[in-house]
Amino acid sequence: MRGAEERMSTRIAYFPGCSLEGTAQEYNLSLQAIAPKLGLELEELEDWNCCGSTAAHTLNHKLAVSLPARILALAERGGYSSLVAPCAACSHRLLATRMALANNAGLRKEVQDIIEMPYKGTVEVKNILQVLMELGPDKIAAACSRKMTGLRIASYYGCLLVRPPKVVQFDDPEAPQSMDTIIKALGGTPVEWGFKTECCGGGFSMSRTDMVCKMTRDILDNAAFEGAEAFAVACPMCQSNLDLRQLNVNQRYGTAFKLPALYITQWIGLCMGLPARDLGLGGNYVDTGDAVAKAFAVPPEKKPPALSAAGAAVKA
Amino acid sequence: MARIGVFICHCGENIGRTVDCAAVAAAAAKFPGVVHAADYRYMCSDPGQNLIRQAIKEKKLTGVVVAACSPRMHEPTFRRATAESGVNPFLCEMANIREHCSWVHEDRPEATRKAIDLVRVIVEKVKRNLPLLPVKVPITRRALVIGGGIAGIQAALDIANGGHEVILVEKDPSVGGHMAQLSETFPTLDCSQCILTPRMVEVAQHPRIKLYAYSEVDSVKGFIGNFEVSIRRKATSVNNTLCTGCGACQQACPAKKIPSEFNRGLGTRTAIYSPFPQAIPNKPVIDQANCARYKDAAKRGIPPAESKVCGLCQKKCPIQPKPAVDFTLCKDTFVTEKVGAIVVATGFDVLPPKEFGEYGYGKYADMIDSLQFERLASASGPTQGAMKRPSDGKEPKEIVFIQCVGSRDNARGCPYCSKICCMYTAKHTMLYRHKVHDGKATVFYMDVRAAGKNYDEFWRRAVEEDGAQYLRGRVSKVYKRGDKLVVKGVDTLSGELVEIRADMVVLATAAVAQPGAEQLAQRLNIAYDMYKYYSEAHPKLRPVETNTAGVFLAGACQAPKDIPDAVAQASAAASKVQGLFSSQELERDPTIAHVNEALCAACWYCVDVCPYSAIEKKEIKDKKGNLIRMVASVNEGVCQGCGLCAATCRSKSVELDGFKDEQVYAEIVAL
Amino acid sequence: MTQAAAKGHKDSSLQSLVEELTGEKLSACYQCGKCSAGCPAAYAMDRLPHQIIRLIQLNQRDKVLNSHAIWLCASCQTCTTRCPKDVDLARIMDALRELALQEGRTAQESDAVVFQQVFLNWVRRTGRQFEGGLVGEYKLRTGHFFQDLGAAPKMMGKLKMIPRGIKGRQAVQRIFRKCEGPKNA
Repeated sequence: MRGAEERMSTRIAYFPGCSLEGTAQEYNLSLQAIAPKLGLELEELEDWNCCGSTAAHTLNHKLAVSLPARILALAERGGYSSLVAPCAACSHRLLATRMALANNAGLRKEVQDIIEMPYKGTVEVKNILQVLMELGPDKIAAACSRKMTGLRIASYYGCLLVRPPKVVQFDDPEAPQSMDTIIKALGGTPVEWGFKTECCGGGFSMSRTDMVCKMTRDILDNAAFEGAEAFAVACPMCQSNLDLRQLNVNQRYGTAFKLPALYITQWIGLCMGLPARDLGLGGNYVDTGDAVAKAFAVPPEKKPPALSAAGAAVKA
Repeated sequence: MARIGVFICHCGENIGRTVDCAAVAAAAAKFPGVVHAADYRYMCSDPGQNLIRQAIKEKKLTGVVVAACSPRMHEPTFRRATAESGVNPFLCEMANIREHCSWVHEDRPEATRKAIDLVRVIVEKVKRNLPLLPVKVPITRRALVIGGGIAGIQAALDIANGGHEVILVEKDPSVGGHMAQLSETFPTLDCSQCILTPRMVEVAQHPRIKLYAYSEVDSVKGFIGNFEVSIRRKATSVNNTLCTGCGACQQACPAKKIPSEFNRGLGTRTAIYSPFPQAIPNKPVIDQANCARYKDAAKRGIPPAESKVCGLCQKKCPIQPKPAVDFTLCKDTFVTEKVGAIVVATGFDVLPPKEFGEYGYGKYADMIDSLQFERLASASGPTQGAMKRPSDGKEPKEIVFIQCVGSRDNARGCPYCSKICCMYTAKHTMLYRHKVHDGKATVFYMDVRAAGKNYDEFWRRAVEEDGAQYLRGRVSKVYKRGDKLVVKGVDTLSGELVEIRADMVVLATAAVAQPGAEQLAQRLNIAYDMYKYYSEAHPKLRPVETNTAGVFLAGACQAPKDIPDAVAQASAAASKVQGLFSSQELERDPTIAHVNEALCAACWYCVDVCPYSAIEKKEIKDKKGNLIRMVASVNEGVCQGCGLCAATCRSKSVELDGFKDEQVYAEIVAL
Repeated sequence: MTQAAAKGHKDSSLQSLVEELTGEKLSACYQCGKCSAGCPAAYAMDRLPHQIIRLIQLNQRDKVLNSHAIWLCASCQTCTTRCPKDVDLARIMDALRELALQEGRTAQESDAVVFQQVFLNWVRRTGRQFEGGLVGEYKLRTGHFFQDLGAAPKMMGKLKMIPRGIKGRQAVQRIFRKCEGPKNA
């Protein structure tokens, strides 16, 4: 019995969310690739459903609370004490639901009737950065076989990972540092910039592409101005808008941004020496080749000095 | 034989609408011991009081019960009327049928029944009241003023000019407070130090004011008229009798890069320092944490006089052979002063806006707070009054002023308005525009609060004559772009989103209580609110008194306020002190505790529970001086009559005069 | 002296309705404008966020529910995070959208509404999102057939072509039925 309890406490329920199965499969791929090396036992939640994302809370509040509640109830049934949702929208919906149900007994009863499952609120919800920070940047760096050589990486948190502070209760809502800390431990140079949590337009990608272009452009512009060479992200929507829509931005505004956006899990995987293919790097719209090469390139000064003609003559 | 008179007050509609006063009077007339019962519309009025006086005379009353408002309102009124008719005032009591009855119930018959009960209870009490005489205590007619800012200075001068000695304690090396840091004052744009320094000099030179600078109040014992205060004089390492204030030591000191507190970090000072050139007293002190010799002495565990490190200040002191810099003066000393009244004038601080990450205060050198702006603008400041931005010393061509940073902010700041910021921000725009003629000043505000005399005209002058642009809306975010600060705001009046690339941003941060305010309040035994501002005794009618007798308030330690209000309040506090000192003795309320020494078992429980430390252990000796036993004894001067000892005493040896056990039981039985 | 005054008043005003739906105190908003100043979508809105709150306070139902603004809000939480009066504006926007939808007022930004509705349709059918179907059905219903054609090749590699339902999809359908009431969206 005691062994089962111990085992239970290290198991984390894994909620990939719908986009990680489809357009953001690189996120899933890279996370699954690095997890064993970090000692993370991720167990995919059995028969999970969509959390409802933006659509549910935009159109129907009850639905917006019930769908995530079913997910949490499933995790409870599975005996998990915590659940990780790599997508920022998913983790946000799960946290908001958890808080709403904790504060309102009437709603809790109503939702249990709707989902036809008991709900106690015992499962903790974490986003991927939280899990990584709990492991500790040093432990992550220790699991890496190589470090970056100072590539300037702007960590883009997006609007939902650390806000609002009352719901998420993680990192700083205005100047977050968790992802930057991990990048620094991996050998990258974190860029201090002012648009870390500015919204990229999220779900308007298809219906108001013009807005997403404008908002994304402002983000790209600020990062480029501060000398960023690439992004680190922890959300599929962020990645999509920074990456896929970067091409639209360049088209629309005549800019020439070339800032690839990689998931934090991909950066970690690269430092672990895993092949790019295993980390899904082929899925990016903005080519990652140059940035990745530069990330691990030895700077010229560090190369041994070339032999002078006289030295070469001596050696010969 | 008891002859009680009962008077039921209608209090206009306040009681009369809910309680049938005539019925209460009729019922009271039937109570045993009551020989007179009447109801009247306004008992506190002259005719009302005359009813009492007449009844006492005609019916030879031995006790009076007035059923009306709370005793906190009119007990003194009715007791005075009773006393004037020759009956001891403590034989007059009130039954509260307003706050305890008509104001909290709606049902008329029920309220009337309750009022009758309340009157019956008090009648039973009064029948057992004993006449009491006021307790007289001597007064020490010296005052303590804590805080040497403009409020403290004003209070000290007023009390001293009134003929009484004042002890003025200031925690910084110089008096002057925040007013000394200001560049110019609104609405006149007077140079702040020019109007302040004459007062500072007066305070230092006044024959009846003893100034303890660089000192703090360590402990306070006693009670009104009889306080004993222990003052900690912090070690200065300078002999003030010898020192002439020439400043040679400060020029010699090699530690020149310490951030200056007076300049709010925009300038530096040395380890031996005087905070500003016009400091009073003009004697430097050594900051032990940053002095090389003190650091060496601490590391090696020796007294600083034995260390050989540095000591340049001592070497360069022109006073020889015994220099004014004296490293044997390295320990704090304590003095005790006896005073009769205390005026608290400890002032305020400004909120460091680290809570507001969206502004990035602390990250960006060109984002400063309002006090820092004052130092920039001041002729005696780190830039001699030139408008130079902290990062690169360039003249800022565009400054954005953000109001309400931390004020009127329930979520992350203080919900209150800090009162002075609208005025000083308007002033800042004017100072800036006077110095930089082609500079652009933009103010983001919510409301402009300019309620004082000439205040509204002043801020309109900033807009209409000095060209400040006022945009109504809060700023959401400030971030850096190159060498500019990008300000994202809005003008709600026009509905326009506004983005400004400014050279400098000035935050009008909330006024908050000083750090250490809570600890000082506890030492003084005065009340404070949740923001650590000190509580006045009544928000409308007693703005300079506290609920602790003998302790008065002046200035911003009570609530944010500007200089005219601080000065007015200081003079008001001084007048209260002088009122207190106008007699040789103090009369105190005699409803205090007394110990029946025959019954006291000396268990000392009462000593432990007394919140005022008013109970002492008394020795009872025989004729030869041998100790027979110990008993508890109440100090009549300190006891506040709270009754905790009476409730705690297990042998029933302590009773409260005016609230004896017999009286209380009678009240309960009457119900 | 009156009794302790009742908190707010229950009437038919839009403010009362929104307060009941969200639990947020609309009278707390003192129109400082910080929400509008920080809103990344405000530049595109017909009414700024703080103006929407003001119109609710003034019971201007039509102006609020017919606005484009409520549909252009990206729920980025910037306003909620920074509001000095702790008003959860993002939640209020959700409630306004739900009200507008119930009353059929969606023509202002029909594309945005269609996208969310199509999204939910797939969740209702399968229990999870079906991105291929989402994009396809969205284009069909909005007529934007040529949108993002350049991105298509790479996207096709990532998208599944056949929707796959979860085992519990009937449970999810029952959740939808209970939340949406008798009429299906």
